[in-house]
Formats: sequence, C-alpha cells, structure tokens
Amino acid sequence: MERIHADGLDHKALNDAIKATGDDCIVEGCCGQRFIAAGMAGKRIVIEGVPGNALGSYLNGASITVMGNAQDAVGDTMNDGSIVVHGTIGDAAGYAMRGGSIFVKGDAGYRAGIHMKAYRDKVPVMVIGGRAGSFLGEYQAGGVIVVLNLGDPEGKAVGFFPCTGMHGGKMILRSSCEGISFPPQVTTRIADGQDLAEIQPVIKEFCTLFGYDAKEVLAATFTVVTPDSSNPYRQMYVAN
Amino acid sequence: MGVDFIYPEFEVIRNESRCIACRVCERQCSNEVHAWSERRGVMMSDESRCVNCQRCVSLCPTRALKIVRSDCRLRENANWTDATIKEVYKQAGSGGVLLSSMGNPNPLPVYWDRILINASQVTNPPIDPLREPMETRVSLGKRPQRIERDDEGGIICDLQPQIELSMPVMFSAMSYGSISYNAHASLARAATELGIMYNTGEGGLHEDFYAYGPHTIVQVASGRFGVHEDFLNAGAAIEIKMGQGAKPGIGGHLPGAKIVGDISRTRMIPEGSDAISPAPHHDIYSIEDLRQLVFSLKEATSYRKPVIVKVAAVHNIAAIASGIARSGADIIAIDGFRGGTGAAPTRIRDNVGIPIELALASVDQRLRDEGIRNDVSIVCGGSIRSASDVVKAIALGADACYVATAALLALGCHLCRTCHTGKCNWGIATQRPDLVKRLNPEIGSERLVNLMNAWRHEIKELIGGMGINSIEALKGNRLMLRGVGLTEKELSILGINHAGE
Repeated sequence: MERIHADGLDHKALNDAIKATGDDCIVEGCCGQRFIAAGMAGKRIVIEGVPGNALGSYLNGASITVMGNAQDAVGDTMNDGSIVVHGTIGDAAGYAMRGGSIFVKGDAGYRAGIHMKAYRDKVPVMVIGGRAGSFLGEYQAGGVIVVLNLGDPEGKAVGFFPCTGMHGGKMILRSSCEGISFPPQVTTRIADGQDLAEIQPVIKEFCTLFGYDAKEVLAATFTVVTPDSSNPYRQMYVAN
Repeated sequence: MGVDFIYPEFEVIRNESRCIACRVCERQCSNEVHAWSERRGVMMSDESRCVNCQRCVSLCPTRALKIVRSDCRLRENANWTDATIKEVYKQAGSGGVLLSSMGNPNPLPVYWDRILINASQVTNPPIDPLREPMETRVSLGKRPQRIERDDEGGIICDLQPQIELSMPVMFSAMSYGSISYNAHASLARAATELGIMYNTGEGGLHEDFYAYGPHTIVQVASGRFGVHEDFLNAGAAIEIKMGQGAKPGIGGHLPGAKIVGDISRTRMIPEGSDAISPAPHHDIYSIEDLRQLVFSLKEATSYRKPVIVKVAAVHNIAAIASGIARSGADIIAIDGFRGGTGAAPTRIRDNVGIPIELALASVDQRLRDEGIRNDVSIVCGGSIRSASDVVKAIALGADACYVATAALLALGCHLCRTCHTGKCNWGIATQRPDLVKRLNPEIGSERLVNLMNAWRHEIKELIGGMGINSIEALKGNRLMLRGVGLTEKELSILGINHAGE
C-alpha cells in the first residue's frame, strides 16, 4: 500500500497524488486539506490526521477510512462508496447523498443527512455512533439515518428541529426520544422486531468497524421516524 | 359559485358563419374549453377554462376563432384593481399562496427601452457587415492579469478554463421537468448548431442529451437533483444556482405529480416524490462556504470546467458580485427581476429583486473599481428580448446574455403564463405525452437557430453602425449609450449620459 505524505501539499496536489497511486493508499499527516477524493471511484484511501472540509464530495465508489476526526461537509452529494470515520465529524455531513454509506464512531455536528435521497437500488445509509446536532435530516427525501447515542445514554440523541421538511426515507434513533420535538408532518413510533431486523446488518457493520458488541447495542429502545407524505407542499398553492 | 365566483377572464368568440365544425379546437385544447354539442349541432365553449394560449386560434383552419379579454369587470378602481380584488377572492377561498408563471408582467420601468445606441457619422465611418469581417465570438472565464513569459521570452498561453460562444447569447437554465423532453431536445440541438450553450437547470441531464455535452451547462442547486460525477463532467461548464430573478430568496418545489418516468430517472429521485429545492444551500452561509462548493466542483472535474455562480439581481448585488468574484468562480450570472419561470409565488415574482440593467451596470462598475473585473466574466439575463437588448447589455458591461423567454417564444410559447398547470398546449411546459409530441424538435431547433442567426446579424449591424467590428471592443463601452427620460440618479447608476449630452 502506497503512503502519501500530506505535509506541505495543498488540496490539489494531494488529490493529484492520490489519483496517481494504485488502488490503495495511505495519506499520512493530513492537516485540513479539503476536497480529498472528490468524485473518485474504485480506490481505498486511509487517512491519518484530520482531513478538511468536503471530504469525499461527489464520491463515486471509492472507500475512505479516516483514523481520526473529520470536518464539515463529509460526503457532500455522495453517489456511491463508503466513508468510515473513527472519530467525530463536523456539520452538514452527507448533504444530498444519494448512495453509499457513512459510518461515524463519534458525534456529528449540525445538519447531518439533510436532503438525503434514495433512488432505485441506491439507499444511502448514515450511522452516527454518538449524538447528532440540530437540524438532523432536514428535507430528508430518502435513505436511512441511524443515531446510536452510545456513550451517554442519558443525553439527547439529537439536538433541536430534526426532520423539518422530511418527505422520504427513515430515521432510526437509539433512544425513546422523550424531550425531543418532531415536526407535525412526521410519525414517530417505538421500533418493533421487524424494524430492528431491518437495521441489524447496518448495526453489525458499525460494531465490526468500531469494536462494539452488536447484541448490546441492539438491546435498547429505538425510535423510528418516517414522513407522513412524500408531497408535503401539495395544498399550499392556488393558481393565479 | 356565489362569493367565490370569478367571471372568466377571456371570451371565446366563434364566428358561426366560418366554423365548419371540424373540431380541431376541441382536440387541441388540453384545458377542454371546446366541445361539440350533438344535440344542438354546434361547437360550444366553456370560456372559464380558457387561458388564452391561442392554440385553437392558431390552428382553426377557417380563422373562425378569436379570444378576447372579457369586459365583465368589477367597478373600476385605481387602487383596488380588478386583478388585486380577484387575488383576494382566490386566497379567501383557498388559503393558498398565489402561484404564477413566466416573468413579472407589471408595468415597471424597462430601462432597455430608455437607452439609445450611438451610430457613427462622418468622422468615424460605420462598418458594413455585409462586406467587412465582424467578430461576434466571445469566450467566458477568468482573464490573466498580466502576460507571463517563459525563459525564451515566449508567451505562456495557459489560461483558466473558458467556454467559447459564437455569439454573446446562451439559453438560460430550464430544467427537464419544468419543460418537456422535446423542448430540451430543441434547445440542445440548436445550441450545438449555433456554437453556443444551453443549460440543464436543476433537473439533471437526460441520458439522450449527453451527446450535446460540449454545448451544455450543467446546473447544481440546493436540491442537487441528478448531480453525480458523470453529470458534472458531461458539460462545458458547471453553474451553481444561488438564486433566480423570478423568485429571489426562495427555492423551488416540483410537485410529485410531475416526477414521473424519465423525469424521475433524470433527477434521480423516486416517482411521485416532491422535488424540493430549499431556498438556501444549507452548506453556504458565507463567501468562504461558496468558495468551498466552487472548489469541490473544480476538484471533482479536475479544474477542466469553468464554474458559474448564478444569483438574482437584488439590492446589494454589487457587493455580492464582488464576493463571488473572490470565491474562485469563473463567471457570474445575474438574473433580473423580470426573468421568467415555470412557477413562482406571485408576490415574490412581482415584488422582489431589481431590474437587470441597474444591477449589471453597478456590478460591472464595482468590479472595475476593485480591479477584479478580469477575474470573472459577467452574464446577464432576466428579460433580454432582442438583439438590441444584447448590444445594450454588452455596452453596459456584460460579457454575454442569457435568454429563455425569447427562446420559448421561438418554440411556440404564447406567454399565457399558466406553465404551472402542466397542460401547455404548445408542448413546452408539460410532460403529457400527447402534448409534448406537438413540439417537433427538428422544427423547434430550426426556429431557434433562425432566431439567433437573425439576432447575430442585427448585432453586427448595430455594432457596425457604431464603427465597431468586434463584441470585445463594445464591452463596457458605455459612451455608446445614452439615456432618454431618465433621472440623474438612474443615469449615474447606469453610468451613461443623457441623450443630447
């Protein structure tokens, strides 16, 4: 596996170096370089250090593993591939992602998974091991967002105003969601056996990646959030 | 009925002595205005459904039909106009937000019509485009600030990516979904034949149109519909849509009912699901954030495509444009408040934004004052109606113009302003297969090519008359313009003198 020393490289030089390697590479000493692996397909990239904003934007099949934290806009408009972060991530992760998966061991900032979509066989998945900030899954139109709230089960799984404008997909929170207020156009319910069976493969993958026991993680109350309508604005207009 | 009743806006006048009851009008009207009465043996009409699109009038073989404005009006009142009162009725009956289509129809000032163009007399002879070569080509993108030379003294010609246009006009963004497949096919073919660009709008790029990529601008907006790696690399340039002249500050909702078949495939969302483009890009709150989106797009396309940032003309447009010019964008597109749209809330369309003429002049001046005019090209749109509007825009400082309404008119649009119903009888703003097929892309593209070739010749005549033989030499040449009937303030914003000065 080739090693790239990110020291002193700007984002363009670093991406050029990644493109020039074979299928696998390790980026060492990453320090805030943005746009890493933008639009890339068919590579496996391991990043040591902290990648900058827009990591894996428009990602098209490549897989990225970050050994530490990542910053804002991880997986912006991602189409396919996987991003695994062994730490926490900043704001607006997975904006408008259409396919692939994002696994985060720790917390996510504001606006994770907003505008997430799904299309035919593409069902994007975002799993956040810790907690998610406010505005989680705004305008969510498809895909699955899972927040596991590991670490501090007393704390709130998600901040303020989750699911505003949600009109597709599903959100699953490992919490009874008391004290969390959802907008009127979504339905929340406690997950049943079928819901849990559905998310089991994703939870197992998360646990394998980050060394948790899937049975323990699943042995908790989960809340499922789904939208009531895929046409939330239908009645809003009158022709003039 | 009763309190909600609004008398039909139009009357269908049928000349019975000419009508041969061929029922063409009945077959052509998607609004179902015309019907054959078996019992009475005559054609009947339900004018309450009429939108005055003129389809039946145009196709009636005996010219037996005309549509006129109804004279059944409410009592005249300069404050409470007929339209204003009826809007109140509609909202009181429904509780809905008023929804309109196409550009602002209100009698607000059109500055193009108050600006006059110069011509050479005696001292500096005009140029005759019929016998002299005239250059209408333009390229859009960043210009280098200085000439760089290599060790041998040769000029280093590495330019930032550009788009080349055979004339300073492009077809502006209209998504597949807001307009039909055949309308897109017409625009794509015409742009290719003309050597200009058309624009996907925020609806993705249909697989059939990838072949026209070198003449396509692909758009990325807040919903990111249909945006993926192949799409970004398919076009000649990428446009980030921050705003639109017809509805500054708000997003778009394509109703789920219109997300069917190919539209769903092209937008890459499920059938029947609303396509919601939120008002803001939720990851852009500053020029620095915009810079991040600009560069993520450049990275994803290996710095081969210029990036356009499109904004609506609003009050602080000069400062906004200055920020965009510093964001790494190659081209700024400014859309004036008279720009068209497939659907916009009436109140927004008619009351938000500013005229493109004033916005363009102030942006060009601001970027010059700050020494960054060459860092970006400026494209202006929002009701460019003719070749003379184009020439005036170039002289005010634009590098090129965006046109959409004029292009739709060339395709058959009769500006009935009911695109939002999805029942366009001319096959443009509809997805109904029986209506779409009324627009033949062969004929449509030919008409667009005709229109643009006519404009190109008019542009040559207009600039030749000024003694100028290339578009580049006209750019920002405001001495070629004079205002008529404008105030000192308007003249100073436009940066032009009054006629006679």
